[in-house]
Amino acid sequence: MEKTEVAIELSGITKTFGTVIANDNIDLSVNSGEIIALLGENGSGKTTLMNMLSGLYHPDSGTIHVKGQQVSINSPKDSFALGIGMIHQHFKLVDVLSARENILMGTKRIAKKEDKTSKSSIEEISKRFGLEIDLDKKIYDMSVSEKQTVEILKVLYRGADILILDEPTAVLTPQEIDKLFLILRKMRDEGCAIVIITHKLNEVLAVSDRVTILRKGKSVATVITSETNASQLTELMVGKPVVLAIDRPDTEKEPAVLEVVWLGVKNSEGANALNDLSFTISGGEILGVAGVAGSGQKELCEAIAGLLKIKEGAILYRKENIVGKSPAEIIKAGISMSFIPEDRLGMGLVASMDITHNMLLKSYKEGKPVILNRKPARVLAEKLVDTLDISTPSISTPVRKLSGGNVQKVLLGREIQSNPQLLITAYPVRGLDINSSYTIYDLLNEQKKRGVAILFIGEDLDVLLELCDRILVLCHGENMGIVDAGKATKEMLGLMMTGQKLGRDGEINDRQ
Amino acid sequence: MTGSSLTHTKKSGEPLVRIARRNELSTGKVWLLRLAAFLLAIAAGGLFMWMMGKNPLTAYGYILKGAFVGSKRNPLSSIQATIIFTIPLTIVSLGLSLAYKMKFWNIGGEGQIIIGAVCATYFALFHSYLPKPILLTIMFVVGALGGGIWALIPALFKVRFNTNETLFTLMLNYIGLYIIKYLENGPWRATPGFANIAKIDESARLPQISGIHIGWIFAVFLIGFIYFYLYHTKHGYEISVVGESQPTAHYAGMNVKTIILRTIFLSGAICGIAGMIQVAGIDYTLSTGVSGGVGFEGITVAWLAQLNPFVIAVVSFVFSVLEKGSRVMQTELGLSAASTGVLQGIILFFFLGCEFFVRYTFVFGKRRASK
Repeated sequence: MEKTEVAIELSGITKTFGTVIANDNIDLSVNSGEIIALLGENGSGKTTLMNMLSGLYHPDSGTIHVKGQQVSINSPKDSFALGIGMIHQHFKLVDVLSARENILMGTKRIAKKEDKTSKSSIEEISKRFGLEIDLDKKIYDMSVSEKQTVEILKVLYRGADILILDEPTAVLTPQEIDKLFLILRKMRDEGCAIVIITHKLNEVLAVSDRVTILRKGKSVATVITSETNASQLTELMVGKPVVLAIDRPDTEKEPAVLEVVWLGVKNSEGANALNDLSFTISGGEILGVAGVAGSGQKELCEAIAGLLKIKEGAILYRKENIVGKSPAEIIKAGISMSFIPEDRLGMGLVASMDITHNMLLKSYKEGKPVILNRKPARVLAEKLVDTLDISTPSISTPVRKLSGGNVQKVLLGREIQSNPQLLITAYPVRGLDINSSYTIYDLLNEQKKRGVAILFIGEDLDVLLELCDRILVLCHGENMGIVDAGKATKEMLGLMMTGQKLGRDGEINDRQ
Repeated sequence: MTGSSLTHTKKSGEPLVRIARRNELSTGKVWLLRLAAFLLAIAAGGLFMWMMGKNPLTAYGYILKGAFVGSKRNPLSSIQATIIFTIPLTIVSLGLSLAYKMKFWNIGGEGQIIIGAVCATYFALFHSYLPKPILLTIMFVVGALGGGIWALIPALFKVRFNTNETLFTLMLNYIGLYIIKYLENGPWRATPGFANIAKIDESARLPQISGIHIGWIFAVFLIGFIYFYLYHTKHGYEISVVGESQPTAHYAGMNVKTIILRTIFLSGAICGIAGMIQVAGIDYTLSTGVSGGVGFEGITVAWLAQLNPFVIAVVSFVFSVLEKGSRVMQTELGLSAASTGVLQGIILFFFLGCEFFVRYTFVFGKRRASK
């Protein structure tokens, strides 16, 4: 198996969508036997660039060389034929089939007589790269990390020796991430070229050989990982020096604002989403919630906001049980609670409406009957644009046209303006760039100092550890324990996220 | 393992044509595009007339003449007839637009018109002893109630069982139609042996203002009302939010079920009013032709007007000009009814196609710089 030194060479790649330049004259080269990290903030053009390699888009100009030959990739099929395999953020697997069936699917080798050869071949690959997996297990029985392994195995089986992984660690626990990195290194040693798309610095430093940094659609630099550090990378990524520390102001301990007692909730499919969950949040405190995606975080938020039917248990807001109240009643009863949902444009805001009309969402019932009074909303919209520095052409621009950070500011701003005593935020910095993220942390801290109780559902464990006062870890809808953020470690949280409970002595007890 | 793929490099160029989403165009450009679509429609329609062996200019002349220029004795007769076409179309489109604003696919305009007409006819036939103002008011109210309740049935099933409203409302159209057939052949039959219903009494007929029944006043009033309702009331705001995203509406504490039921009742009620007006203002009887396809045509009008009440009035008028004018052209040029249908279809095709180009564009493969 002869390998050319340079696996992929992109030069002068430009791609525009209308007037938006997603990629501007980008150069990137990846060698065989090398892991390259493509680092950049959301919207910097990482995924667009990789989609051109996987045949989903076609560049407006520029050339692509794969293994020394100039190529034109017009479809995912072409991409496969060149040995490029992409692992998407959202897995493309058929749930009811086994791992083996998923791997064989669409390869034309599924015919019975070839089954035996394929068996050996899949097993050979899995052994060679250390991809341990039960090939006859059904996908629906698998954890996220196992599904990812199947995806990797699938592209390897199809002959890929250039692998592109789009944010592969977003859904994994720290331990699973370590395992993934081990596999990636093994693949590198076997001569594969690997591109890993990410915006997490510590992962870049941990796994890559070289880093190419994209900023606003341009490739700003390529550095050798061992010769750089987090602050240099951030500076390249953002374009200016950034202080990478999140403030955790000390506040006076106030009485509990929210007490959740033995809460049990079923999800839309009727399965238990939350089980016997109990915790309290005091005023002036940020309680973080950690857990692998889909561990019941969404249900927890929606249960408190009155959007989900509650099976058992109680939710006490200042000692009053709010279970069974509708969202309207919760708003009407003068309970100033704000829920900033995960799905900003799908739940928290109306995407096609402008900022003014989004300000009205929870307050439109106030004032005179029948007639809609836009005036206070307009005043509020202008004030928010001003104080939160929301960049928008005007307050009558539909919010879907704003960038992620500005959308989040609109949402958070509206909720803060209602003077809540309890603020529930789900993934408030998802999709935001570093500067916007820090603005959001500052806004939350400001509320904390005002004595607001904050429930913060997060995904980045580093952020949770720095920002929150205490962290509750969820696993399959169960409370694995609440730790003091100042004393906890990432490893500890990781173990708890995978189902190991915190004992009374503060030590983790293995459940098995 | 990967050896074979190394040599496998495709040499084909990039795809010839792709469809891409456009950036939102400025209003001026959008109208320029629409003007172009209109001119192209006229040209393509003309080509068709020419292929039929007719002079396109004469054909279009007859359409305009047929829609606007009346007879010598009554120079206003044609424009009056055009407006009479416009009234039910405008009212029904307004009614449907309420439902569409909420993304509730009410395809049941026909049925709601019919049931409104049936309810109104009942009072016109059997309570004609009542004084005219009272009788007409009652007919108006029951017409609205009938259409509203007919629309409420699929809405109730939608909120309760999440049934598909498109099929449900469509099927109810046919049920409505057969109710009229039943009445014609059974309890309301006027002459034995014929399937027809008696003419309604003078007291149940709408009075006329400047040669047109007063239905046009309802239409004008409804345009204003729907505009105000959608854009300046809390209900209107709720409709927009529910239409955009039901999770958001729940999150904002709105009672989504109530909003759906209320809005769909109103949507059906307005269609029902159109049915009442058709019976009391034009047909003076009830027949299976009472809706005249307006319930379906209204869907096109509502969307073409992008649910804007004022534009709905304009589009309805344009449709009516086309409808009335081509009837005249058809007789004057001796064409079959089908060929005017084709002409209308061609013109509509360009109008609707234009909206595609407002949002999307074709990207043609660029030539390679080298190679």
